[in-house]
Formats: sequence, structure tokens, C-alpha cells
Amino acid sequence: MLEIIDGPLSPKEILAQWYDEEYQANYGAFIPFVGIVREEDGIEALSFDIYEPILKNWFDSWQEKVRQRGAKLRMAHSKGDVRVHESSYIAAVLSPQRRAALELIDAFVEDFKANAPIWKYDVIQGKRIYAKKRSTPMNGAGLLAKKD
Amino acid sequence: MITIEFLGPIAQEDITIEANSLQDVANFLQKDPKLSPWLDSLAIAINDKLADSLDAPLNDGDRVSLLPPVCGG
Repeated sequence: MLEIIDGPLSPKEILAQWYDEEYQANYGAFIPFVGIVREEDGIEALSFDIYEPILKNWFDSWQEKVRQRGAKLRMAHSKGDVRVHESSYIAAVLSPQRRAALELIDAFVEDFKANAPIWKYDVIQGKRIYAKKRSTPMNGAGLLAKKD
Repeated sequence: MITIEFLGPIAQEDITIEANSLQDVANFLQKDPKLSPWLDSLAIAINDKLADSLDAPLNDGDRVSLLPPVCGG
């Protein structure tokens, strides 16, 4: 359950929709994470590029991992521009028990930061600047720097 | 021939080269002064599957994607 949306997310609508679709599925815990763009260093907005085929593979492998604990993931992410104080990322774990859900949301959001193929740009005075210092090389990065 | 595509912030058009393995792609990119500073931070995918070895064989028509450091959320 991965949704890519042009521009900002609407947390009220997305969370209400997810709740409506899941509350009768007998999960005892529903733990959402909502990412909100902070005002910082003079940015007007953040902007995102996404490579969807690999994002989907990454998400599917996580879904399989959490399924083995009887849980389920949902995620929505923006592409393009998202202004300060709007939301760009929502993830949620649904699980029979709270402990698994709390552990999984932590592990999922951390791995998302490190390995989901999404690139972030600061938008300052209308210019899109790659947020290089805040970015993390993905697992296995650097192969191409090796000499023959 | 294989195609190399540059994702996210690398401002570079696709390149098509002859290559039989990822090592051939590495040898080619290491000669490009514009791209060489990126190489130690790039992850690589062949036809949308992440690669973990330069020995990975390449076939005619394969697409090699280069993924710079990420920051979602």
C-alpha cells in the first residue's frame, strides 16, 4: 500500500481514509508517522524526486517482512514541491499488538531515510538545491569507485 | 550496448556504451571528471534490481541506474 502523490499530502484525509479502510481488520494498534516540512535555513519548500520502480521493490520487501509478524504497512509520499508546514510523508504500521507496531514503525522510518530512492531539494528563492549534506548513501553504495 | 541512467540530482543525460560487466561501467565512469566525484556515494541498479558486485554481468539492452545519496521524508 504505497501511494505517490504530486505535491503536499493531506494528513487529515489520508489518515481518515486509512483508518476507515483498516479499522475492521482486527488490528489492535495503528501507529502513524506524519512528516511535516519545517521552516529552517530560509527554505520556502522542499522538493522531491522519486525513482518509483526501486521504491516499490524496497516497500514490497518491507511489507513482506512485517507480514511475517502479522502486521501491515501503509505509506504515502509527495513528489515535487511541498511548502513549509505542509506534509510530505506519512507512514503507518497496523499490527495485532502494540509492541510489534512500535518496533516496526521505528525500524521502517529509519530504513526509509537511509534506503528509499527519494532525493530531497531545498527550495530557496525559487531555486531547487540538492540537500546533499542531509542525504545518505544507500546500502552498497560506492561499488563504482573501485579500481579494476 | 547498455544504457547508463543518472537519477535524482546528477544533471547528466543517459549514456549508451559497450559493457559486459559493471566493472566496465566503473572503468568508463572513472575517466569522466564530472562524474568521478559522485562514484563513491552511488548505489547501482541493473534493470531496477540493486547490484552488490562489480562482477555482475551485463547483457545487450540492460539499463544501469545510478542512485546518489537519498533523503526522503
